[in-house]
Amino acid sequence: MIKRDLVIVGGGPSGMAAAISAHENGVKDILLIERDQYLGGILNQCVHTGFGINYFKEILTGPEYAGRFIEKVKSIPDIEVSLKSLAVRLTNDKTITFLKPGKLETIKAKALVMATGCREKTREMIHIPGTRPAGVFSAGLAQKLINIEGLLPGREVVIVGSGDIGLIMARRFALEGAKVKAIIEIQKESRGLLRNMVQCVEDFDIPVYFNHKISWIYGKDRVEKVSVVKVDNDFNEIPGTLFEIKCDTILVSVGLIPENELIEMAGVSIEGDRTSAPGIFVCGNSFKIYDMVDSATEDSMLTGKLAAEYIRNL
Amino acid sequence: MKLYDVAIIGAGVIGTSIARELSRYRLNIALLEKEEELAFGVSKSNSGIIHPGTQNPPDSLKGKLCVQGNFLIRKISKELGLDFKEAGELIVSFNEGETKELLRLKEEAEILGVPGLRIVDKAWLRQHEPNLNSEAVCGLYAPTAGIISPYRLVYALAENAVRNGVEIYAETKAVNIARSDKYFEIDTSGGMYRARYLINAAGLFADDISGMLGICDFKIKPRKGEEFILDKKKENLAKHLIFPLPSKTSKGVLIIKTADGNPMIGPTAEEGEDKEDLSTSEAGLNKVLMSARRLIPAVDEKDIIAYFAGLRPWSGNDFIIRHETKTHGFINVAGIQSPGLTASPAIALMVCNILNKAGLGLKRKFIFRSHRKKTIHLFEIPLSKTKDLIKRDHSYGDIVCRCEMVSAKEIRDAIKAGARTMDGIKFRTRSQAGRCHGSFCTTRIMKILSEETKTPLVEITKRGKGSEIIKENRSTERERV
Repeated sequence: MIKRDLVIVGGGPSGMAAAISAHENGVKDILLIERDQYLGGILNQCVHTGFGINYFKEILTGPEYAGRFIEKVKSIPDIEVSLKSLAVRLTNDKTITFLKPGKLETIKAKALVMATGCREKTREMIHIPGTRPAGVFSAGLAQKLINIEGLLPGREVVIVGSGDIGLIMARRFALEGAKVKAIIEIQKESRGLLRNMVQCVEDFDIPVYFNHKISWIYGKDRVEKVSVVKVDNDFNEIPGTLFEIKCDTILVSVGLIPENELIEMAGVSIEGDRTSAPGIFVCGNSFKIYDMVDSATEDSMLTGKLAAEYIRNL
Repeated sequence: MKLYDVAIIGAGVIGTSIARELSRYRLNIALLEKEEELAFGVSKSNSGIIHPGTQNPPDSLKGKLCVQGNFLIRKISKELGLDFKEAGELIVSFNEGETKELLRLKEEAEILGVPGLRIVDKAWLRQHEPNLNSEAVCGLYAPTAGIISPYRLVYALAENAVRNGVEIYAETKAVNIARSDKYFEIDTSGGMYRARYLINAAGLFADDISGMLGICDFKIKPRKGEEFILDKKKENLAKHLIFPLPSKTSKGVLIIKTADGNPMIGPTAEEGEDKEDLSTSEAGLNKVLMSARRLIPAVDEKDIIAYFAGLRPWSGNDFIIRHETKTHGFINVAGIQSPGLTASPAIALMVCNILNKAGLGLKRKFIFRSHRKKTIHLFEIPLSKTKDLIKRDHSYGDIVCRCEMVSAKEIRDAIKAGARTMDGIKFRTRSQAGRCHGSFCTTRIMKILSEETKTPLVEITKRGKGSEIIKENRSTERERV
């Protein structure tokens, strides 16, 4: 079995920050595993601005922010990057197995940093009733289709949830010439940043329905319309408030969940800011959901330092 | 125009089972399916249970065919390279009254010849099914119950049937049927087909097909069942297929582990009229959760990663399998609700006998290729084996769907085997069916499908025409496709 000092799973902003910081703190043998074909993680599809205000005191796009870290990582020969590599098994003795085209590798690390990011809650998790046609997307998938692939998912869009991703995607669709018919939010106010409410919604005259939810999705093959109903503060439907919106697309943007399946399956739990297994660290969105990548970077720098200290004290 | 010996309408598990069974004989066979892919009707939303034969009246056709089918499916799954997992079934009793009913079920099942039945006590339950509600007093254990992937069964049957000469035509919807002196003329959305014998395995629409030939003495009613799939990380929730005592209309809400390894809870049983209504509701969810928690209290709403609804093609209390002698050569195979999947191999044999009696000469081929190579699914095999596979073909290490660990190789194999839609790929490989529900892998799979089938991305669909995933390709690279 191959032995390495530090293995970092995830080449997004947090994993890269942890790698750079661990190196600065004296670790000379680092393997950074990334499942995608390039480093940068979710930032690659976040072509809007607003990144780096705290960390770089500059306003950057997602790819620009990621780019600075990618350059830095590439300039450090002690960090080996393995792309298209998916970690599939972790055990609590810090052994990790990953697959990549042509290879399955198992590595025993002195320390491990898990920076595996998060995933979006789906329509299925919030149980929106109705039919299951094409045209229901998670906001992140729609973002990837538009920004990375140049594919337009729909022309008449209803967005569920007023978190930052939902708001940013409302503007993105509007810029592509699609009609954003409504943002439906079950809470009484937005969960997103104020600047996004102004720049993404008000500036584009997109109607937002607070205290509302989608009560039914219609359409056999493709989304045709939704019915929307007002709810009280306990989320109970208020009779007589139902109305319908014609649309061909529904974006679901109702929150993020840390992706911690590998850690869970290893029987390791996250306790406060560390895990139950000495030498296994978690950072970035897989540790907790961050509003700003700047804060994730700062925290992950600290994680990299802690991992370096752990290795030094072995 | 070619004259087929037999035409079969409907490529679900019944149609493909019959086609494969008939492909042993020297016959020209056409299998017609209205959807873009096979198994897209009743079969796709089946739970995949191979029933032991309990919960059927002893004098029923479906009871007899179920017991026989449970026996036959073992050989078929071996031949076709499918995993049949004999999980065993537990029908649970919570009080003395229910226990009496359990004993009655046992007696009836024994008359049907269900093997190995026994009543198990509280201690047995605690040891063998630790998550079961501790208030359960005893259970009826049927060891021969098992689980299979319903759509992979259909696809395997179809592939094997094709290998033995059956012709399958998808997107071919029968719109009118006429009987001339010598043959049936089936007018379809894909042209005219002629056949000497005609088998109606049209599932929910079997009454419409039968009606085209003037036989209108049965109606198919859709009875909806909503099912909820839980995250694979809860795969040890239930070890057996766990049933409550059955009601008059259904077997009740069950907890099972599907062939893919996910626990599944459901189904509901709602009478309806609309044969295309596959919607799911909040009421359905609440009912299923409540009933499932009565069996296993640890069922957690948060673990639900997917849900769907299926429609049982219900027509009276028993299957309708008969030669319509007034329209010689026309065989109805209708009202095949539960336990239709289990009974399917036995139904196929029964239909062969009917055809034989009706004058279709069944002469065995010199060579019948009974076996199909097993499809590789990384999620089913240990990592040590995966390592060898990756050495043999690099693209086994190119993971497309991370939640369910599906490689680019498996996606391409599915397309080579006939998948043409995103759902077709999902059913064959389990990609897009995990906890992220396709958020991460949809684009990659669309691109592979587009590449392999030389179809522009805008024409890639979820499950056939009208369900296109995207509206427009604005990429500067679009000319390449």
